[in-house]
Amino acid sequence: MAQYEQDIAVYDSRRPDEPPDAHSRPTSEPAWVKWTLIAIAVLFLAALLLLPLLTVFTQALSKGLGAFFAAFTEPAGAAAIRLTLLVAAIAVPLNLVFGVCAAWAVAKYEFWGKSFLTTLIDIPFSVSPVISGMIYVILFGANSVLSPYLKDAHLQIVFAVPGIVLATIFVTFPFVARELIPLMQDQGTAEEEAALSLGANGWQTFWRVTLPNIRWGLLYGVLLCNARAMGEFGAVSVISGHIRGKTNTMPLHIELLFDSYNFAGAFAMASLLALLALVTLIAKTLLELRYGDHLAATRRH
Amino acid sequence: MPRRAASGRRAWSLLKPSVLPGFGVTLGLSLTYLTLIVLIPLAGLAIRAAALGPAQFWALATDQRTVNALWVSFGSSLIAALVNVVFGLVVAWVLVRYNFRGRRLLDAIVDLPFALPTAVAGIALSTLYGPNGWIGAPLLQLGIRVAYTPAGIVIALIFIGLPFMVRTVQPVLEELEQELEEAAATLGANRYQTITRVILPRLLPAILTGFALAFARAVGEYGSVIFIASNIPYKSEIAPLLIVIRLQEFNEPAASAIGMVMLIIAFVMLLVINLIQAWARRRYGAV
Repeated sequence: MAQYEQDIAVYDSRRPDEPPDAHSRPTSEPAWVKWTLIAIAVLFLAALLLLPLLTVFTQALSKGLGAFFAAFTEPAGAAAIRLTLLVAAIAVPLNLVFGVCAAWAVAKYEFWGKSFLTTLIDIPFSVSPVISGMIYVILFGANSVLSPYLKDAHLQIVFAVPGIVLATIFVTFPFVARELIPLMQDQGTAEEEAALSLGANGWQTFWRVTLPNIRWGLLYGVLLCNARAMGEFGAVSVISGHIRGKTNTMPLHIELLFDSYNFAGAFAMASLLALLALVTLIAKTLLELRYGDHLAATRRH
Repeated sequence: MPRRAASGRRAWSLLKPSVLPGFGVTLGLSLTYLTLIVLIPLAGLAIRAAALGPAQFWALATDQRTVNALWVSFGSSLIAALVNVVFGLVVAWVLVRYNFRGRRLLDAIVDLPFALPTAVAGIALSTLYGPNGWIGAPLLQLGIRVAYTPAGIVIALIFIGLPFMVRTVQPVLEELEQELEEAAATLGANRYQTITRVILPRLLPAILTGFALAFARAVGEYGSVIFIASNIPYKSEIAPLLIVIRLQEFNEPAASAIGMVMLIIAFVMLLVINLIQAWARRRYGAV
């Protein structure tokens, strides 16, 4: 048994990039090439990704902890945080329900026009954020066909919270659906059919069979959707009207502080969003590791 | 008119029968939501732009400031995407082929541009590459200015596009059969020949897709660029910024004309990406 495990360990240690002897093998690069490439990759990622992230946190704390926390407690800052949370609390659940519905229809059935529908769902990803905001300005703004009716109903959409919510829904529209469709297609319909044949109704099948199967993919999609919803800048910037304390979300408030040379305040607010991004990345990595084990297990057997 | 398939089966049955319930409800809800949130607003933009009439549309779209802004956007996006092809390939290669301390961390951090809000990226990059920044100050000593120059725009767009390149190439590289390289080596190829003649051609569809995705994303990018660019009209003003300026002037016709041009280009890019992937599927079986 011990000998067997030792053999396995020796076998496992022979990775393609670690030749058993000093001479390089024909299917790997010389050591100097390997380490040069690694150095290039590390330097590039450090200059482009790690240092900007570090900059956010060092700048945020550059004026001390007092200034750091003051950025969140001053009225306009607190209002921006509240608005961002409100917008995400509306946009994310709506896109969650849509994503599950769309994935169910697309993944569990074969119908005419299916691939066209998936292309349509992806549209918001290929549209500039500025255009995503502009389409609602054109649809509901002062010059639009709808504007007299909106006035009669005392409904303000552009330069108000509803517009911000709409623009956010648009840019985060595909996240959940896009995550679930390939996952549910892979899983097929056999388990649902079994549940139905055993007497479960549609709801029971969804809650007890489908949902447990897709919960990690769903969480993954919701995380990405939420990160984008809280961080969206371009689309929201076009439609919000930048009314301080009223229609400024966190990213817009960051711009306002930065442009008025309040760098410590801008970076303090930015550090909250950067923290959210880090939590999202860590959760994403953990979920992928979990999936990775799963995939590796199925591949081994 | 219903078409008939050669076999005599009814080809017009749009839905393949299934015992699973809920097709009508879920498809209906999805289509309604999609129509209300995406299709009607986008159609509104198209109608507004079409209402301008061809002559006025052309005049607005070829206005010198607009043309310059489109050039700045497309030029810097092209450079950034090309830089990402080179470095994205190196990063993907290093992450897939080599084992070293910190590889996991590097792998995880590649997704940062997906998760970090663009405004945060914008102020961080403009500070880091600015005259007093950790990277900007030493570069300034050498006489190189990055922030508030066109180079700054490119830096921001490289940041935005990198994960598209890495995450498109990485899975293909992982799936590449070791046997191919062994066969090449057996047949007398040296490592350089194996890489340029065996590995790179297999990666080509993924590289093209990653390039197109990074490019398409960069053309529309707004948040991270405006902080690091000097935003001088005719010189370093990107097209999305010009749209914002036109909207602030309540000049909706001009904004919708520029928007429509960008939208058309975005859809062409989407089509190109789909064609590349279809071609790759035909040629290699998968992307």
